Amino acid sequence: MTGDATERGLLISPIKHGTVIDHITAGEALNVLKIIGITGTTTESISVATNVKSGKMAKKDIVKIENRELFKDEVNRISLIAPNASINIIRDYKVFAKKGVETPEFLVGIVRCPNPGCISNANEPIQSRFEVQEKGLHCLYCDWVITRDITSYII
Amino acid sequence: MGNFRVGLCAGIPVPIPPGQKRCFMRHIISIRDFDRAEIDDLLDKAQKIQSRFDSSSLKGKILALLFFEPSTRTRMSFEAAMARLGGVSISMGSVEASSISKGETLADTIRVVSGYVDTIVLRHPKEGAARLASEFASVPVINAGDGAGQHPSQTLLDLYTIRQSMKIDGIHAGLLGDLRYGRTAHSLAHALSLYGATIHTISPKGLELPSSLVDELTRGGCEVINHENISGIIRELDVLYVTRIQRERFPDASSYFKVASSYRVTPDLLKDVRDTFIVLHPLPRLDEIDFGVDSLPCARYFEQSNNGIPVRMAMLEKVMK
Repeated sequence: MTGDATERGLLISPIKHGTVIDHITAGEALNVLKIIGITGTTTESISVATNVKSGKMAKKDIVKIENRELFKDEVNRISLIAPNASINIIRDYKVFAKKGVETPEFLVGIVRCPNPGCISNANEPIQSRFEVQEKGLHCLYCDWVITRDITSYII
Repeated sequence: MGNFRVGLCAGIPVPIPPGQKRCFMRHIISIRDFDRAEIDDLLDKAQKIQSRFDSSSLKGKILALLFFEPSTRTRMSFEAAMARLGGVSISMGSVEASSISKGETLADTIRVVSGYVDTIVLRHPKEGAARLASEFASVPVINAGDGAGQHPSQTLLDLYTIRQSMKIDGIHAGLLGDLRYGRTAHSLAHALSLYGATIHTISPKGLELPSSLVDELTRGGCEVINHENISGIIRELDVLYVTRIQRERFPDASSYFKVASSYRVTPDLLKDVRDTFIVLHPLPRLDEIDFGVDSLPCARYFEQSNNGIPVRMAMLEKVMK
């Protein structure tokens, strides 16, 4: 991270072990938590900073998750709402690994199909499946395409 | 066919039901799964069958007809096609009289019926139902219509009927009627785009071809032209595909009749059409084609309906032989 460490420390304290998700599109931090399945009932210690000044992006959000290292597929889900996010895996207060997000080819069980007539919304033993395309998310069951407001369909 | 998806759904592994082997088989779920060569291959097969076929080709095979929605033509023509090839069809009967009324999932129904038969033909009100069925079936699944989604056998017989009169390549095809909800028009437009056809759309306000489909067709290099009325374009068309305008799409009977009457195909409308011009309709029709058109040489909708037999025979042979 760059910038004034003292000022940053006031906003969001360092973590010993876990994951720091930096350079999140401003305002999307809570959606990032939602998309990686972290809800209000989680036992992990979470720090969230929104609209933080950033040289690179003007404003950004930051999320720190204690004692949890994100898996690759969790990281890649973030690309749907924060394509410029960077992930730092922290061990003993040091950056152990740094990675960017890659857009996944498919999303399974992450996004609900907006089409009420889609079989994936019926009581069947399946998970929703979407193909990530340039124009949006394409439902592999009913061919519906989500082109905007993806976060409102996150399961 | 491009749809070999037991154990895989569009490249994503799906759980194999316990006790079933991972295998690869042929399903017919959506016309989008076909490339042009595969469509041509199936139409060639149907053409051969129409002139000569082996009446014991599917002897000993059993076809399950799972129809969760009413159907006359599709259901009967699959039964007739199976009978002509020497096979037997069995049906689940009405939804009310089946385990579905007890709340059984489609996935379970499909797993169970897979154990009884060699192929399943499915019609279901939910979009994507046939795709789901293909993931749980241990036998091939043929989609006979899933809600507002896909109906590939209808599209194949539409193409077959066009091909009987002309080469499909580069034709000017008019789509008339309810193009928003009409699944047959969507699938046909997609298939025609594979043949470099120009699509002309004529539909009431609010029932236009979905913009997402227009974008997709256009991106694929297909020209889609919208017209205010049919009379201005009818002389330029090779094919006019008429679809039903459903009364339930309108707030009251008078507004329905007002719109429906302006999209009515009459002998007078067709007096200056091209020599090779044909009119198609997936049927059933209401008022959209005047009975006077039936006796004109360009009226091919009953022939189109009859073509359901060779086309469905070809599909059944393709998945079971």
